[in-house]
Amino acid sequence: MTMENGFIQHALHAQEQDSTQESIKVQVKNLNLFYGEKQALNSINMDIYTKKITALIGPSGCGKSTFLRCINRMNDLVPSCRVEGYIGVDGHDIYDKEIDVVAVRKRVGMVFQQPNPFPKSIYENIAYAPIMHDIVKKGKECDALVERALRGANLWDEVKDKLKDPGTALSGGQQQRLCIARAIAVEPDVILMDEPTSALDPISTEKIENLMLDLKKNYTIIIVTHNMQQAARIADYTAFFHMGNLIEYSDAKTLFVNPKEKKTEDYITGRFG
Amino acid sequence: MPNDKNYFYIPQIKKRNQKATLFKATTLLAIIFSISFLIFFLVDIVRAGYPAFTQTYIQMDVNINEEVVENPYSALKGKNLKIASRAWLRDLPNLIKENPSWMNTTQTLWVLANSEVDQYVKGKESRTHERERVYVDELRADGKVERKFNTIFMTTGDSKIPENSGIYASIVGTVLTIIVTMVIAFPIGVMTAIYLEEFAPDNRWTQVVEVNINNLAAIPSILFGLLGLAIFINFFGVPRSSPLVGGMTLALMCLPVIIVSSKAALKSVPSSIRQAGFGLGLTKWQIVRDHVLPLAMPGIMTGSIISIAHALGETAPLIIVGMIAFVPDAATSFTDASTVLPAQIFTWAGMPEKAYLERTAAGIMVLLVVLLSLNAVAVYLRRKFERKW
Repeated sequence: MTMENGFIQHALHAQEQDSTQESIKVQVKNLNLFYGEKQALNSINMDIYTKKITALIGPSGCGKSTFLRCINRMNDLVPSCRVEGYIGVDGHDIYDKEIDVVAVRKRVGMVFQQPNPFPKSIYENIAYAPIMHDIVKKGKECDALVERALRGANLWDEVKDKLKDPGTALSGGQQQRLCIARAIAVEPDVILMDEPTSALDPISTEKIENLMLDLKKNYTIIIVTHNMQQAARIADYTAFFHMGNLIEYSDAKTLFVNPKEKKTEDYITGRFG
Repeated sequence: MPNDKNYFYIPQIKKRNQKATLFKATTLLAIIFSISFLIFFLVDIVRAGYPAFTQTYIQMDVNINEEVVENPYSALKGKNLKIASRAWLRDLPNLIKENPSWMNTTQTLWVLANSEVDQYVKGKESRTHERERVYVDELRADGKVERKFNTIFMTTGDSKIPENSGIYASIVGTVLTIIVTMVIAFPIGVMTAIYLEEFAPDNRWTQVVEVNINNLAAIPSILFGLLGLAIFINFFGVPRSSPLVGGMTLALMCLPVIIVSSKAALKSVPSSIRQAGFGLGLTKWQIVRDHVLPLAMPGIMTGSIISIAHALGETAPLIIVGMIAFVPDAATSFTDASTVLPAQIFTWAGMPEKAYLERTAAGIMVLLVVLLSLNAVAVYLRRKFERKW
């Protein structure tokens, strides 16, 4: 156990030292997306790195949310939507015909803009999906998982005495952390977050941001945000989208301090968007 | 100008306020109008119907011997025979069988009066002869006339003798019919709504189906009766007049309403719940069963119970499938010939005897009580499932 831990820490250390050595978690190659006749994403190529926070920024309607929803095939639910190209998670094509979309979404979890807890108790909110996925059995094992997930989402201390209360009775920020706890309870590899703090007040936002920094120790996080300060605060990598094109993608510091593209610079300096 | 009164002055304000007041008064008038109709209806029905819950009994001497067992009419003499109920006399041999010690004695019994005497005692228009009226008045003065609670009305079926007719058989028929309707219409209707709302692809076919369902909800109910007659009775050979065929016919009638209201209830569940489920890798069925349906349940329940309550009061389609038939005995199974409350009320309403008039009103009261208790169940279920989340 200690050897393994030592190895992982060593690996992490090595990663930090040499960013070119980072492993790729999600690989996107030549991704095109159409809503009926209208093309919404134009040949996107992007490598998303393991256990990092990657932020997607850009003006409204630029396709960043659409892109995010490709990574766990949520766009399958839109009847007119058609996706071409390759998205691999750990080298496995998620659009492979053989693969069940439900299995994809178990590996790639999602947190939405509006907190959307199930109309059930806090406990059931978290326990439902793991039980359905046969990750745990009902009983002690499940209780342990619920506690682990809630601790993981920094929510345990606030709700441990009222697990039977409805999830919707919590405050907005707590609800969103509940949704994050629910997502990590399924033990995904990648967590997609679609503007997770845009409906929250600054204090709740700060809590969620700190949580994301904790979570990246174990998960690969891809976040869509309108808030450039937020991207600058938490992201390791940032991608700038405009009109369905990926304009610029680099590590966050470079993108914000020293953008290569004129459009990126215009956007981050507030000239449009 | 701090004290300028014109500062808050708008030229048309008075007129605008007047219009608002007028509008408010008109809406208030409308509701007063409808409530007064309702009160008028209720008062009228109760006034006409409550006498049916009591029935006149007269104390008289009854001769009991071997001959009476053969010919019960010989038990009473003269005027007594004129005022007693034929139905009671026909039942006398059974009474004697139960009390063998009465043989060859004269018993003083409370004898059921016939309906005309009953109407006279209740102070209503009656065809009783003048001599009998005087006789009844004498008996009344002696305390030998009494109005007792009408157990016959609550325990028997229809009869050609007014004082012997009751509502029990049709209550049983109604209950059996509604059970059939619920068992068929609720699951099929809710399942259809779930498929159409959650699973069906949004194409031309689905749209055609949905438009047709909406139209079916507005079809005259008698057509469903014809459909039931043609398909269930003539084609499948389901017994005529039975709660089974009546229930199936009413189920056809309820289905469109249940489907439409269930669809609306499912649609009102926020889509964020479904998104959350998909985001966790749940299957559509898991999401619908455990997250969407519980939220939609109060709406589905309300719609279904209202539609079933509507079916409860339905007469036209049941007449077509034969549930208007004269059925004196309560059904003991789903395939027995039976009648239902509204059909029974309809039959009584067409009878010439005055005693049936009060039974018609009393029947309506019973039907209203059944309907109101169904609605109370609906409200209760709604409250129970509608937990605040």
